[in-house]
This record gives sequence, structure tokens and C-alpha cells, in this order.
Amino acid sequence: MKTISELEEIRVKGLNEISMRTEREAVRVVVKMGTSGIAAGAQDVLNALLKEIKNKDLHDVYVSVTDCAIEGDLEPVVIVIDKKGKKVNYVNMTPEKVATVVEEHIVNGRAYSEYTTDVK
Amino acid sequence: MEFNRSQILVCAGTGCTSSKSADVREELNKELVKNHLDNQVQIMKTGCFGLCAEGPILVIYPEGIMYHRVGKDDVKEIVEEHLIKGRIVKRLMHDSEELDEITHKIEHSDFFTKQRRVALRNCGKIDPEDINEYIAFDGYKALEKVLTTMTPQGVINVIKDSGLRGRGGGGFPAGTKWQFAADQESDQKYVVCNADEGDPGAFMDRSILEGDPNSIIEAMAISGYAIGANQGYIYVRAEYPIAIERLKIAINQAKEYGLLGDNILGLGFKFDLDMRLGAGAFVCGEETALLSSIEGKRGVPRLRPPFPAVKGLFGKPTIINNVETMANIPVIIRNGADRFKEKGTKNSTGTKVFAVGGKITNTGLVEIPMGTSLREIVYDIGGGVPNGKKFKAAQIGGPSGGCIPADNIDVKIDYDSLKEIGAMMGSGGLIIMDEDTCMVDIAKFFLQFTVDESCGKCTPCRIGNKRMLEILTKITDGRGELQDLEDLRDLAEIISETALCGLGQTAPNPVLSTLDNFYDEYLAHVVDKKCPAGSCKSLISYTIGEDCIGCTKCARVCPVSCISGEKKEQHVIDQSQCIKCGTCFDACPKDAIIRG
Repeated sequence: MKTISELEEIRVKGLNEISMRTEREAVRVVVKMGTSGIAAGAQDVLNALLKEIKNKDLHDVYVSVTDCAIEGDLEPVVIVIDKKGKKVNYVNMTPEKVATVVEEHIVNGRAYSEYTTDVK
Repeated sequence: MEFNRSQILVCAGTGCTSSKSADVREELNKELVKNHLDNQVQIMKTGCFGLCAEGPILVIYPEGIMYHRVGKDDVKEIVEEHLIKGRIVKRLMHDSEELDEITHKIEHSDFFTKQRRVALRNCGKIDPEDINEYIAFDGYKALEKVLTTMTPQGVINVIKDSGLRGRGGGGFPAGTKWQFAADQESDQKYVVCNADEGDPGAFMDRSILEGDPNSIIEAMAISGYAIGANQGYIYVRAEYPIAIERLKIAINQAKEYGLLGDNILGLGFKFDLDMRLGAGAFVCGEETALLSSIEGKRGVPRLRPPFPAVKGLFGKPTIINNVETMANIPVIIRNGADRFKEKGTKNSTGTKVFAVGGKITNTGLVEIPMGTSLREIVYDIGGGVPNGKKFKAAQIGGPSGGCIPADNIDVKIDYDSLKEIGAMMGSGGLIIMDEDTCMVDIAKFFLQFTVDESCGKCTPCRIGNKRMLEILTKITDGRGELQDLEDLRDLAEIISETALCGLGQTAPNPVLSTLDNFYDEYLAHVVDKKCPAGSCKSLISYTIGEDCIGCTKCARVCPVSCISGEKKEQHVIDQSQCIKCGTCFDACPKDAIIRG
């Protein structure tokens, strides 16, 4: 038999798992794929990203992929859009660089300027 | 296990299931495993989105992209293009969708933006077979609120204040009904949910049960607390196997969590819920017949008073509410009566779910605020009448309802406005008709249904409706006379005043409504022996015109061999033998055959 507080726990946990279906504000991370993105290694970047988010138990972060308008030597590109809608393009991403971007930008809210030309 | 980045919700309502959405789910799971995506992407069942004409439908999150008419063969492309490469499969989308490039945030079509989904709030949003998802979306919060902060009378006051009226067709104020039952002193009381949904073409209740069964469980527990009942029954028609399955699962899960049983939430409230199945009888949707059926007796209505709220199931005070009425209860409790009243009109608060069918582009399920005009439903939400045909009328309320002719297309849909024009809200079935529909035939269609379903207990329905049907059949067969029209009206008026139950009393409605609004069609059938809509076979005659080239195609396909003529010579149809099947009309390569 569940008590009210146990029900509330289920509620919070459940909402985290299905929040992508709600209108809740979230950080969106978009990995540019397409055939050129995949060729440049974007899939490994995506997998590293997912692992990192899982390890840090982050909520309200939505990850999706988008078709790539050919960026040539800038790929793989990862776009981070914060809750206010501000976009930052991270270029030449690798699985190794993912942890830093997640920690700095997604967790601490500061764009990591070394991996992007968008921020001075 | 990697992070779940995407969830794909595939409609598993009866409609999409019969279009093989289960195969789509299976194929999706296969393709995900093949592409090593099965620990990144989750596939789940969900309830009805409402755009049933375009099923099977699925939605992919986090983008919220909706794909239409998805078949097993489309799955590979969805996985490869959308999930792996990030390319939206445009051909599976609805025409009017516009996409933001990066986030894929989507402008939904008018079909969705003009609706206000309250009773259907979770359909399409949750997996109905997982109670945790219902709980995550504020499920059982209303029951918590009721058991911890409200008295039974307090609950009734909120429901009264909300103005919620019965959504099954009667439109009786729910709060008032609950008050009657609460005021009775009795050792035992019952709450019953009417999930018999007998109107042909109606599937509002079915979709709620299939897509959000927990909302009904929660509502029934709340209603039990309010009137002092600790036993509830859901009476579901046997023709809804998916709904029955979902309810079974939901009730078991609720019992496991102690949300049904002896000590709900540890707060000392006891409430048990059981299902009872119908067995193919329209009359068992009538509340007293339904109770009789639960008692194990033959489903026949009885005289009222006494009303069920005073003396109902097994002679005890009982409230019977429709599924859609119940679906609104948790929302009213959680958000308050005032929020509920923000939508709708003064005397018809809230929203109503309609099953829109017939000659309309977007057939399916819609939920709109009361007071929305029929015009908006037909054109903005419904997408208009297809094939360039003209809107002629809308039948509302099924076999108990009336028709709204084109002149009245701006009528606001609410209980009282509809009554004023001789129609009735009914349970929510809305059939749109165009210029090719014969209104006499429509009356006959509904009466065939009513006669078939008559329980036989009272003479007006058992014999009266049958006589009306005989007259209508005479008319559509081309044997009608003017006297028949007078007899029809007399019969209809008498039956509506003397039949025992609501079903019998309202059975003449389609007849009265069409006689009032389309009298000229009846006259044409009876006096001119013509069917203006070109629909009644017996009143159509086929003749071969001068464009005939004597190719003999018609003679060869005629099933009764009544066409004569030499090769390359004018052919002639023997009218005395012709069975008006129209096969020759379809076969003629020169369109030389005239139908009229």
C-alpha cells in the first residue's frame, strides 16, 4: 500500500522520466548528424553525451539529432540551447570533449568558449 | 544502460490497432535492436490522438513530431532517417505542419489547436498500461486532496459549483444527482459507471477507457467518498475488448498500490471496484436496465420514480455516471470549479468530446469547449466536406438525436441551444451529411437500429417504432402516400410521450427532426416518387440515352439480363425487370446511361 509521500516520490521520478512529453523548460542538446556528420564521428559524440548525462543523473535535458547542413571541417557540431532559448554551437566535438561541455554549460550554465566561436 | 533520449508513443486504441499499429510497434522494436538503439529509444503504447482518419499515428519525443498513416514498411525509414540521421520524414507528416529547423518545434494544424482536451487530457500522452505514468501527470492527486482536506459534502459542493452536466446524453447536473444519493440513509450505497456506449459510431468513452483508464478509477473512488459508497461497478460493453483489458490492468495496478481496497493511502477509506460486462444490448445503456443487468436479471428499464439515487442497484441508493462525466471529476477537484467554468457557456460548462464521422475530412475524436459553433467543428476542426460537396446537415445524438440543417450551422453546441432548435446533445456522436445523403433514409437507418434494439417491454416502443419503420420503408421503396406522412408524425409524437424509458421516448427524434427540417424531401419521395439526393435505389430509374454506341457492355454486366439491343445499335433497359443496381451505369464507357 502506498502512502501519500510514496506516491509523491513516484510522481517526481515519473515526471523526470517522461518530462520530454511535457511543456517543461529544459536544456536542449542537438547533435548534427546527416551522412557527413556521421562520417565525421558524430555518433560517437552522441553516445558519449548520452553516457555522461546518464552518469550525472541529469534531468530536463533533451537530446535529439538533426540533419546536417554541411559544415565541412567544423563537424561534428553539437548545439546547446539553454532554457531561455540561447543557442551555442560547439564545433569539432569529440567524445573526450563531451564531459567538459556537459559540466560547464549544461550543469553550471556557462558556455565553454574554447570549443565554440560563438562566445568570446 | 544508456540515457533514454527519445520516446515513441504509438496509438494503441481500437481504431489504430485495427490498422495494425501493433505491427508497427513490433517492427520499431526490431529495427531499434538492429541499429543498437534499443537502450536509447523507448517504444510505448498510448491512447487515441483523435485524428483517426490518419491512423496509425505515432509521436516521437522530445521533438513532438507526429507521423500519420504509418505502416510496417515505413518503420525502417523512420529509424534510419529520423532517429539516426535526424531527417524528418516529411511524407509521413500532415500537410500543414511547419517545422523549426533545429528544435523541430511544430505548429500543429487547426485540428489540434482548436481543441481543449480535458477528458482526453492523457490520451496520447501516457502509456495507459503503466499507472506510474498516470501518477506522474498528477494522477491520484485529486483523490489525495479529497481524502485529506475535504468532507464528502465539500466534494459534492465543488461538483455542483462546477456545473458539470451528464455527458452520456441526459445532461443532468452531476452534483445534484450525487446530492440525492448522499442524502439517503442506507447501510450500503453504490457508484456505477456507464461504459455501455451504445450509440452507433460513438467511441468517446471507448477512447477514454483505452487511453486513460485510471482517470475513471480515481473518479469513482472520489464519487464513492462523496456519497458514502464503498463499492463501485464499471459496466462495459463486451464489444470493447481492448478497453476491458486496459481497465483490468489498471484496476490490478491500482489495487497493488493500495489505491483501491480497504485502506486507501492509509487514510481509512475503503473502496472496491469491479467490472461487469454487457452483452450486446443497446437498452442496457439506459440506467435502470443497466442496473437490472448488473443484478443478473434481463436488461429492461423500469418506471421512475423511485430514481436510482434513492433506490437503485439491489434496492440501494446508487449514482450512475457516464465515462466522460467521470473523466472530468479529477480535473475539477484538482483545479477547482472556477477553472472548469472558464471553458464553455453559462449553463453548459466545460468541454465535450465528439466522435465526428460521415462526410468529413478529419473523421475522429475531438474535444471542444461547449459553445463552439457547428461551423467551426465542420470547417476549422473537421477540415470541411470532402470532394467539393455541399454540407447538408449534421446528425447529433445518434438514434436519440435530431439533425441540424445547413441553415443552422452557426448554432452554438451546448445543451440548451441544441434543444431550442429541436436537436439534442446526446452522447457525442456527430455524423456529417452532404448533398448525396437522403434524409428520409437517415431516419430509416436510425429507426432500424432502434427497432432491432427494442427491449419489448412497452407497447409504444415495441410496436410503435416498428410501425414507423414500416412506413419509412414504404416511403423509400416508392410506395408512400401523403397519409403516411401524417401517420408518421402522429406516431412519433405519441411514442415520445408514452414510451417507458428515455431510449423509446427519443427514438422518434430522427423522424421528427427530419420531418421538420426536410419535409420537401419526404414530399418528393411520396408525391413525385423521386429521391432528390439520388440515394434511394427504388426511386432511381436508369435509362440509356442517345450517346449509346451499342458496345453491349451494359447488357453483358446486367445481373438480371434486362438490357436488350443489337451490336452498334441503341440499347434499351426493360424498366419492369430493372433492379436499379447501377452496374450498367458504372460500366458504360460513354456515360450514356442517365440516372434519375
